[in-house]
Amino acid sequence: MYNYTAFDKDFVATRAAQFRGQVQRRIDGSLTEDEFKPLRLMNGLYLLLHAYMLRVAIPYGTLSSRQMVALADIADTWDKGYAHFSTRQNVQFHWPKLQEVPDILDALATVDMHAIQTSGACIRSVTSDHFAGASADEMADPRPTAELVRQWSTDHPEFAFLPRKFKVAVTGSEHDRAVTKFHDIGLRLTQNEAGAPGYEVSVGGGLGRTPMIGRVLRSFLHQAELLPYLEAILQVYNQIGRRDNKYKARIKITLHEHGLEDIRARVEENFALQRSRFDGVDQDILARIESDFKPPAFKSAPITYFEEQLANNPIFRAFTKTNLHPHKNPDYSIVTVSLKAHGATPGDASSVQMRVLAEIAARWSHDELRVSHEQNIILPHVHKNDLPAVHKVLLDAGLATANIGLISDLIACPGMDYCDLATARTTNVAQRIAQKFDALKQEHTIGPIKIKISGCINACGHHHVGHIGILGLEKAGIESYQITLGGDGSQNAAIGKPAGKGFSSDEIVPAIERLIGAYLDVRKDASEDFLSTFHRVGPTPIKAALYPQKGLPK
Amino acid sequence: MTQKSASQIITANDLLSGEVVYFTKSGAWSLRHADAAIIDQPDHAERSLEEVTRNDASVVGPYLALARVGESQTVAPVHFRDAFRSIGPSNRFIGKQASPA
Repeated sequence: MYNYTAFDKDFVATRAAQFRGQVQRRIDGSLTEDEFKPLRLMNGLYLLLHAYMLRVAIPYGTLSSRQMVALADIADTWDKGYAHFSTRQNVQFHWPKLQEVPDILDALATVDMHAIQTSGACIRSVTSDHFAGASADEMADPRPTAELVRQWSTDHPEFAFLPRKFKVAVTGSEHDRAVTKFHDIGLRLTQNEAGAPGYEVSVGGGLGRTPMIGRVLRSFLHQAELLPYLEAILQVYNQIGRRDNKYKARIKITLHEHGLEDIRARVEENFALQRSRFDGVDQDILARIESDFKPPAFKSAPITYFEEQLANNPIFRAFTKTNLHPHKNPDYSIVTVSLKAHGATPGDASSVQMRVLAEIAARWSHDELRVSHEQNIILPHVHKNDLPAVHKVLLDAGLATANIGLISDLIACPGMDYCDLATARTTNVAQRIAQKFDALKQEHTIGPIKIKISGCINACGHHHVGHIGILGLEKAGIESYQITLGGDGSQNAAIGKPAGKGFSSDEIVPAIERLIGAYLDVRKDASEDFLSTFHRVGPTPIKAALYPQKGLPK
Repeated sequence: MTQKSASQIITANDLLSGEVVYFTKSGAWSLRHADAAIIDQPDHAERSLEEVTRNDASVVGPYLALARVGESQTVAPVHFRDAFRSIGPSNRFIGKQASPA
């Protein structure tokens, strides 16, 4: 993991102290709400439906056990004993009090954490593959690049007031688990024909009210040229990105309106100027960062106990089938801990569960945890012989739900249960879908599927890239849920298409049940997953099940 | 509840706690929707909101919300968003619904 330098520690502590003064001035009336709002947003503090919400950055989703314990302490001391892990690999506290937020920021600073740039029209906390540095299919570890981008973008004086927020994601694997094609900039680590390391750079992806798939601006960029190239992109965007209409201010719209070739020409022209400004210091910094991301000292030990348990313990075996991912070291596994127990709120963890996860990480996962954008917690390096013990502790803590990649492993933004922008609730829909298919005992029959639920058009629940997307809206004074079909956030990026008219809150779960029933009817066999079936047969049989009154052919 | 009329109330979030609050007849803020002062005249409602916005620094984001008055004079929200604000999240038993009246 990246270790904070004295500079980093001082920066974070100073910002916390500055915010304490700003809060004090707000409370004593020296600052109006209009004056204070941009200051609190710069420090991740929102005012939502029922209370303030503090969004804490977890750059590229990486946490130490010490940091997880600190988050649990914050949940107990200043919140209601739980935290919400978000679709941006961050963590949110939904009940802090204004006058106590400076104390929370101080507590975060003691474990090298903060809430800076988790809001506002700036470069947001950088995201990455939650299996980074561990996955067997990884070509190169994206975390050093993600950390370099974090350092470059933190408090960057020129990019503090962009036309709109700006999100960067990095992956080092062909299998894109970081949804890079739906970020303002997506970086994929690659090599050129000579074997030199570099990046494929995509620009202009995004979800929200105008979903777009990112387009390749540079198919290969040398590693050493990354920061000047990013600087060039951001400068072009800062200059020509629209500020007259917030709905047209993201770089995806800039790219759409100007065209890829125009943007490429502008960026390349600017890049030629920027390159001379970077004298190699950034590469020295990158080299130092890389030394922080050396693989841990993996142990060499037999896996006989693991094999015994696999053969004799059916509950453990079921867990290994869904919640493990192949590790680079064949004696190790990556464990995904589901925060989607049937009926639970996706992404929520109690302080007790957070401490259990920290203890497991400290003892069995080289002190590392990850937060996935799919709202689960990852233990990236667990020796296979330790898996039965890890599973037992997870089981006792209510964290051993064996449903990763299945229908109840759905993601949902907080929706109108918390969010001020939401037009409908989401968590309640997520809970009911998970409970329904658990009761039907159909999850494993259905197989791999991704349902994603957003509570408004801003799409924090990534509904556009759900194999089944659900968008909560308000229609005539009631909550209405629109279904989209065929979305894909992987390397095969696709935006789901609306299936038809929306369903009320009472109708949405039966509609999903009919939809799944139609899939089971038309799939070739159990090996053909939902998305493959959808691609083969198209939307007609699904729509016929969703809207039987229309009399579409079955 | 039998609907008697659709009126307006003033609601906001408390500056310090962030909690949802309702403007009462006495000019104070209450945590309970049922305590909200009903304003029947649209002009009066706008003027009251302007006054609160201008003079009261203890709350954030005051706005007018539709409310219904039942036959028993109970004040209830009209829009589902205001109904959620008045009780707390539906996914957990926390917030106002878990607080003693």
